[in-house]
Amino acid sequence: MGLKQNLHKLKEKYKGTKMAPAFNAIHTFLYLPNETTHSGGHVRAADDLKRTMNTVIMALVPCLIFGMFNAGYQYHLALGDIQAVSSGFFSSEFWNWDNLVIGLWKVLPLVIVSYGVGLAVEFIFAMIKGHEVEEGYLVTGMLVPLIVPIDIPLWMLTIAVIFGVVIGKEVFGGTGMNILNPALTIRAFLFFAYPTWMSGDKVWVHGAVERVGQPDAISGETILGSLAQSNPAGYDWLDMFYGFIPGSVGETSTLLILLGALFLIYSKIGSWRIMVSAVVGALIMGFIFNSVVDAGIITETSKFYGLMSTEFWQHLIIGGLAFGIVYMATDPVTASQTNKGKWIYGFLIGFISVLIRVFNPAYPEGVMLAILLMNVFAPTIDHYVIQGNIKKRMKRLKVKTA
Amino acid sequence: MSKDIKIKKGLTIRLKGEADKTLSNAPRSRTFAVNPSNFHLITPKMVVKEGAKILAGDTIFYSKSKEEIKFVSPVSGTLTTIARGAKRVITQITIEADSQDSFKDFGSVNPETIEANALKEHLLASGCWPFIKQRPYDVIANPDVSPKAIFVSAYATAPLAADYDYTLKGKEKFLQAALTALGKLTSGQVHVSVGSEAKSPFSDLQGINLHRVSGPHPAGNVGTQIAKIDPVNKGETVWTVSPQDLVIIGELLLTGKFNAERIVALAGSPVKTPKYYRTKIGAEVSTFLYDAGLDEENVRVINGNVLTGNKISPKGFLGYYSDAITVIPEGDDYELFGWNKPVFNKISPSRAMTFSWMFPKKKYDLDTNTNGEHRAFVVTGNYEEVFPLDIYPLQILKACMVQDLDAMEALGMYEVAPEDFALTEFICVSKQPHQEIIRNGLDLMYKEIG
Repeated sequence: MGLKQNLHKLKEKYKGTKMAPAFNAIHTFLYLPNETTHSGGHVRAADDLKRTMNTVIMALVPCLIFGMFNAGYQYHLALGDIQAVSSGFFSSEFWNWDNLVIGLWKVLPLVIVSYGVGLAVEFIFAMIKGHEVEEGYLVTGMLVPLIVPIDIPLWMLTIAVIFGVVIGKEVFGGTGMNILNPALTIRAFLFFAYPTWMSGDKVWVHGAVERVGQPDAISGETILGSLAQSNPAGYDWLDMFYGFIPGSVGETSTLLILLGALFLIYSKIGSWRIMVSAVVGALIMGFIFNSVVDAGIITETSKFYGLMSTEFWQHLIIGGLAFGIVYMATDPVTASQTNKGKWIYGFLIGFISVLIRVFNPAYPEGVMLAILLMNVFAPTIDHYVIQGNIKKRMKRLKVKTA
Repeated sequence: MSKDIKIKKGLTIRLKGEADKTLSNAPRSRTFAVNPSNFHLITPKMVVKEGAKILAGDTIFYSKSKEEIKFVSPVSGTLTTIARGAKRVITQITIEADSQDSFKDFGSVNPETIEANALKEHLLASGCWPFIKQRPYDVIANPDVSPKAIFVSAYATAPLAADYDYTLKGKEKFLQAALTALGKLTSGQVHVSVGSEAKSPFSDLQGINLHRVSGPHPAGNVGTQIAKIDPVNKGETVWTVSPQDLVIIGELLLTGKFNAERIVALAGSPVKTPKYYRTKIGAEVSTFLYDAGLDEENVRVINGNVLTGNKISPKGFLGYYSDAITVIPEGDDYELFGWNKPVFNKISPSRAMTFSWMFPKKKYDLDTNTNGEHRAFVVTGNYEEVFPLDIYPLQILKACMVQDLDAMEALGMYEVAPEDFALTEFICVSKQPHQEIIRNGLDLMYKEIG
């Protein structure tokens, strides 16, 4: 009782001051506020934006934990300290303390910097503009550490987060108003501002960068990188599905992403329309490429051969496609807002992701660009879907007057 | 001709404290009040002064913009105060009632034979016109415009609403008279919707087009039924009348008396014995509220149902259109970790650690807490799940917020009323005031396009 009363008094004291949004943001994390309905209906459903965002974060946590283990596992494996996993998803080579320690040291700072910097920007804008701190960054802040390479310097991440939140979101008016997915804006900023860092083959395994040119150099390449150079992937498909492969921190385990997707769909937070249609889109594009290869139009000498001949369903388990589809394409603010539009939007994301992946060997991760591209086109898709409804209404009017 | 309307999208909110089907006579209220805010967009012009003696049915004020629309006193007595608010707006007109009502006699008419114009004059003069509402704009009908159809919903799906089959029992004669008469004022049909199973007093009436409705709330909203039967296009008007108001109109036609009697459902979880009361429009709510008894002190008393009613004090008066008084606990308290802990005692359309989906038949005890703070629109696709009209709810709300008249018109603003957005407001994750947004949008259109 004491804490509740004291916080209430503090809230009343700060009411109307510049500090109020900052105080309320923290207060509401502890207590659901005492707001009551003032206009319209007198009761409201249990869900608020915090709960919605929290559900997405819960779906992301398994990916984060797996990413920590994977960071250590890839490091030790590259150094030759340990054997590759041998007994399925719960192999002891993977789930051990040594791996976790490396992961904690590398991944937790990313999480802290992402949340610390991003929320600081949000708080500052909320105080300047005098609105409440909106929860949009809770998910973005969790997504960012999961989609960056493990060895990214923290200063780089800091700059990218500031850029992403300010230019990607706040200039449009904050949460709910942005056109581009903020997490992907951050990722894209990193990619275009520091291309030598982000697109190389050295950043995906911890320790690979600092050993470049040394006798104990290790490869940090992703499967996509190998395939783009028409090298064999070098991994069993089950390893790819489980996620024992190099890649951005949280994107590797398709199994856990699938579980996250099921959780999001089941809790009715994520749009199943977008997820299903994106998967269909990716499969169709992959299948078209497979057919082109089978028809003999593209031969082994072509530089596109490696990724084009990848079996169509394997596109879903390599790289960040699954992660992007489940956690980033479904961002309700930047996706299409109509149900029909969501089908089109999702399908094109899957389709274009694989297209970019195959034809852009310099940076074979197409999902980021595909989602950003479709973010831009989402309002156009909605416009045409809504026009359909408007036309129907016009037609009804004409039938009546005729 | 009868047609079945099946509604799939929607959400029935089951609350505790449903009114028991027993009828009591509420003690005679000492004072009555008419609240001009019940009549949206009407500016009252008083015709009686404070201290004047009036009969039940005597005009007390008329609409400044449409002088033939008159508003009459529900009881006989002495007009004691005309309370005014900011800018001298009349907020409440209080009447001290006589112990027995004496009625002004408007003369009985035969609804079968009366001419349309004479009928219109009769309804306007007797103060029955305000019971007729129109769409577009959801305001009192404009008597100069002939509607293409008239809609009556006799099926209540709103939480804790009065059951029409019960409150209208035995009133068939008045209903028939009112519907026969109103049918003369439209070139089209009179559509009456009733529940698909129950035995309704409307089932045997003549000269109406009866529809049987089933499905979750808002199946009983007249707006939903209009959309399914004969949607409003630009330039068209439909009228809606609520069933208990039909009884008043019918009684006026047959007996010549304006009898403002209402059977009101008193419901809600803090009410000790929720049941039905016979009272009059404008009566003090406290006359029956404390007869039924309250379990709690910190409650909100609502004129109408929890989705569309308006807040009154326990000393307030029954609204002009209300047929229910709902009482729910106030929720002005903090809840530790309320935003992330599993929720079993509140309704939620999602399954985000909320478990109302597991108990579809359970009745809930909701309070007035918003369960979160106001935010920008973020989540998409959830309004459509509970919104059966062929309209994009999120887009029309945004059009209203930016006051884009063209978009509002194109997206179907002529078809909607604030109450149609009560459910989207209920489930809104961003806690936006949908009904207020739509009301402001309609007012803007009325002013600019009218």
